[in-house]
Amino acid sequence: MDVLGNYKSVISARSTDRDILKKSQDGGIITTLFAYALEEGIIDGAIVAGQSDEPWRPQPVVATTKAELLAAAGTRYTISPNLYLIKEATRSYGLDRVGIVGTPCQMQATRKAQVYPIGMRDVDDKIALALGIFCMENLSYQALEAMVEDHCNQKMESVKKMDIGKGKFTVYTERGAVSQMPLKLIHKYVQPGCHVCLDYVANLADISSGSVGSPDGWSTVFVRSTKGNTVWDGAIAAGYFETKPIGEVKPGLDLVKKLATEKITKNQKNVDARKTIGLKADGTPKGLRNPYESP
Amino acid sequence: MPGNQPEQKPERPLENKPTVKPAASQPPTKPAVKPSDVIVNEKVEVVQKEEKPVADKISIGELHLSGCTGCLVTLADNYEGLFKLLDDYADLVYALTLVDVRHVPAMDVCLVEGSCCLDDKLSVEELKEARAKSKVLVAYGACAAYGNITRFCRGGQWNQPGQEAFVPISEVVDVDLYLPSCPPCPQAVRNVAVMAYLLLRGNDEQKNLATAYLTPLMQLAQRGDTACGCDLMYDVINQGLCMGCGTCAGTCPVRAVTMEYGRPNVNRDLCIKCGACYAQCPRSWFNFDVMNNYEGIMDAIKGAMQ
Repeated sequence: MDVLGNYKSVISARSTDRDILKKSQDGGIITTLFAYALEEGIIDGAIVAGQSDEPWRPQPVVATTKAELLAAAGTRYTISPNLYLIKEATRSYGLDRVGIVGTPCQMQATRKAQVYPIGMRDVDDKIALALGIFCMENLSYQALEAMVEDHCNQKMESVKKMDIGKGKFTVYTERGAVSQMPLKLIHKYVQPGCHVCLDYVANLADISSGSVGSPDGWSTVFVRSTKGNTVWDGAIAAGYFETKPIGEVKPGLDLVKKLATEKITKNQKNVDARKTIGLKADGTPKGLRNPYESP
Repeated sequence: MPGNQPEQKPERPLENKPTVKPAASQPPTKPAVKPSDVIVNEKVEVVQKEEKPVADKISIGELHLSGCTGCLVTLADNYEGLFKLLDDYADLVYALTLVDVRHVPAMDVCLVEGSCCLDDKLSVEELKEARAKSKVLVAYGACAAYGNITRFCRGGQWNQPGQEAFVPISEVVDVDLYLPSCPPCPQAVRNVAVMAYLLLRGNDEQKNLATAYLTPLMQLAQRGDTACGCDLMYDVINQGLCMGCGTCAGTCPVRAVTMEYGRPNVNRDLCIKCGACYAQCPRSWFNFDVMNNYEGIMDAIKGAMQ
């Protein structure tokens, strides 16, 4: 499969909703799609990265209103274990049609939960909309804390927005300060599990989106599944997005492809290196467990 | 008393022979003495003829060992899906309460529920018989696969205080396929049943798909017969593979797993050793050949069930 996965169409887009754009990371694609799906009854609720009792530590929540979606808008550079609620959403919350947003690995987990529902009872046909976000790598909360507080010298609670782009990690504070650190310094903080990930643009999502490839304030959107296509067409027809053809925007699809290839090539090397990391008594290499071969 | 038994034994078949012969399909334990017996049997036959004839069904049975019947109920939890399965894909030839067959018959797929009690000779014998008579033996549910809660048994319980040795079935017989979790998912056993049908009756393309689908579940059977929330530590986090997606915590049937700062935290006092968390984890296995085709597979299963 191509590094960009199967998709029906790719486009550059931005939400037409001003409330969402005020809070969103880039084009507000995920929040707007869920708002549209809630409005149309395509989903009864969505599992999103909500707020917790610590600043910038996301916590999965089931959002059933636009206000709850808005409270969860924007990127947090540490993972929100959204799959935690996927069965719960169909049970305690009683949702028949669940939306979920996640990183590429979380989209893989979602599909595995549907195709191999080992402990995910009655979940497979209730996932109505799975939205993926582009992801190069992720960080633990403590790593994010170290970056913001030690490297960028800002308090977590004073940060208004965090962003990654143009080779830098940038922190914007409530009072207008801007602190940056080069992305190179982040590498030691990346979670080890990300080094074996072979997906950059959430190939298994219904629709996946991220800033890369589109101008500031816009997002690149891949429409992938039949379900995703229906939802996307409906949202466009209802005027939820303004769009530009991906071929007409800078930096365009080539950058997405370049970054996807870089990530997958690097991580494939890591996966291969794990096979020969150790040494057996007979002098042949001894390997670590490879999830892509067997459990 | 011992002297009476040899006398009675030869008598019974002699008595039965003339009455049983005309209706060979009847269970020999219930000779048709009352007219109602015969009428009931005829009705069953008529109903079967009305069904769309599907010649090439596979046969599935459920052997019930030391389990709570939750796995068997799970099979029925497919609701109308179970009827579809039985109409078009599989005959249920052996199952507690669902099928009136006393002894383990030959079958294509045998789902074994429950662990094997070594103190109960019949359990061991029936398990061996099921292995000998089935093409694919499935450890259906966590007790059969990993022991599950029977791992905590130390004997002395009512009403069989003498029974204390319970082992996952793979310690007694070779097992082809694992379907863990307590209970397993109705959708999982449905998928496996459809895939087993494609494997045994399908064309080459379908056989390849079914093989690819079933492979990780077969590899799971090779991996071992112990499971615990600790697997998340040993085989995922310690191996540098966890990325904190939350699947393990979401799948745990007893809520023993929570996510703390992006990693699973297992309350080992709550863990029942069912193996669901590890098997559901996208970093226990992830087979791109199957998963990249998830849409086609789910549509195919959905289509098969309509």
